[in-house]
Amino acid sequence: MDESRPIFLQIAEQIENDIISGQLAEETQVPSINEFAAFYRINPATALKGVTLLVEAGALYKKRGIGMFVADGAQASLKGKRRDQFSAEFVRPLVAEAGKLGITPTQLAEMIRKEDTK
Amino acid sequence: MTAVIEVAGLTKTFGSVTAVNDVSFTVEENKIYGLLGRNGAGKTTLMQLLTGQDFATSGSIEVFGQSPVENAKVLQRVSFIKESQRYPEDFKPKHVFKSAPWFFANWDQEFANRLIADFRLPLDRRIKKMSRGQVSAIGVIVGLASRAPLTFFDEPYLGLDAVARQIFYDRLLEDYANHPRTVILSTHLIDEVANLLEHVIVIDEGRIIIDEDADTLRGSATAVVGTSTAVDAFVGTREVLHRDGIGGLASVTVAGLSEKERADARAAGLELSPVSLQQLIIRKTNLSEKEFEVSA
Repeated sequence: MDESRPIFLQIAEQIENDIISGQLAEETQVPSINEFAAFYRINPATALKGVTLLVEAGALYKKRGIGMFVADGAQASLKGKRRDQFSAEFVRPLVAEAGKLGITPTQLAEMIRKEDTK
Repeated sequence: MTAVIEVAGLTKTFGSVTAVNDVSFTVEENKIYGLLGRNGAGKTTLMQLLTGQDFATSGSIEVFGQSPVENAKVLQRVSFIKESQRYPEDFKPKHVFKSAPWFFANWDQEFANRLIADFRLPLDRRIKKMSRGQVSAIGVIVGLASRAPLTFFDEPYLGLDAVARQIFYDRLLEDYANHPRTVILSTHLIDEVANLLEHVIVIDEGRIIIDEDADTLRGSATAVVGTSTAVDAFVGTREVLHRDGIGGLASVTVAGLSEKERADARAAGLELSPVSLQQLIIRKTNLSEKEFEVSA
């Protein structure tokens, strides 16, 4: 866990990552709040907050008396959300750092192309 | 939310020393609280007042809606594990575990037995012959297995090694999840327990200086690092919690930043680094010390 941000956000992100990677498949059950709390060694109330975020976002849903499940279509919608964040979190700092080092956008594009063909 | 403890205007003086100074706060049911602060800040005195082991100089305390002083109805629902716990001469751990069920209605012997095995505690050895860590383990086991609706742990793990402390944290979380109750954990090892806490109360020189949800607190400060000029320009009139500098470089801890402010800082070539709960509390307690000096 990284200390700088609220842990419930990090838990939510961790679950999102597992949904995006397919490790948590749609319509399968996710671990319980207490299992999350024990695994990450965090307060169950914190784990609940993280899971609640995903329920509110529609990525998880509750089956009464059974537990939490990954919603149908969650993977695609989370990928879409992450794509929107991608530019701000990765591309912008990449371009800024490249600028500092005197790398032009064309050179940068060339570097990305090379990396992709490796 | 139901309040388990309600304290208003509480003060305790010992001669000319004010150990607890006009303190007011509420403890809600079934949360894990961290009661943090430096040595001599007033943590133990406060817990002694809350458990009716000492009398307040002024102010009011309600535990489960009543005064805890000589009140069996309240005290039988409270477990107070303290670092300085003394046992009768010639007592062995087996005597402790035999008498504990007389005091705690929710005592779970099976859970106690599991913990005794986890901590590898010898039952038939005289307590005064045991190591500091083993004596601490007795307290931790009593505190957990008593399952009291309100449990205080005052520096419960003096002498416990890292493995034993981890066992304590894991068992506490596990058992708390299955049997929710109010836990107040007082410790110096802030980083170790930070993630277990739902709410943090920090006491310094008898006063409460932080009373905050742990998640809110965690996001409430950031260190901004860069050249002094850039840092100063960014910090402007913001409240500075701490400042470090070397040569032309500065590192300044400021109160929480919004996403936009973070982006602005990065655009200005500044680096943002996290501040742990422990660092934050160190910074805050230093700050209040300075303020104290100025006002004195």
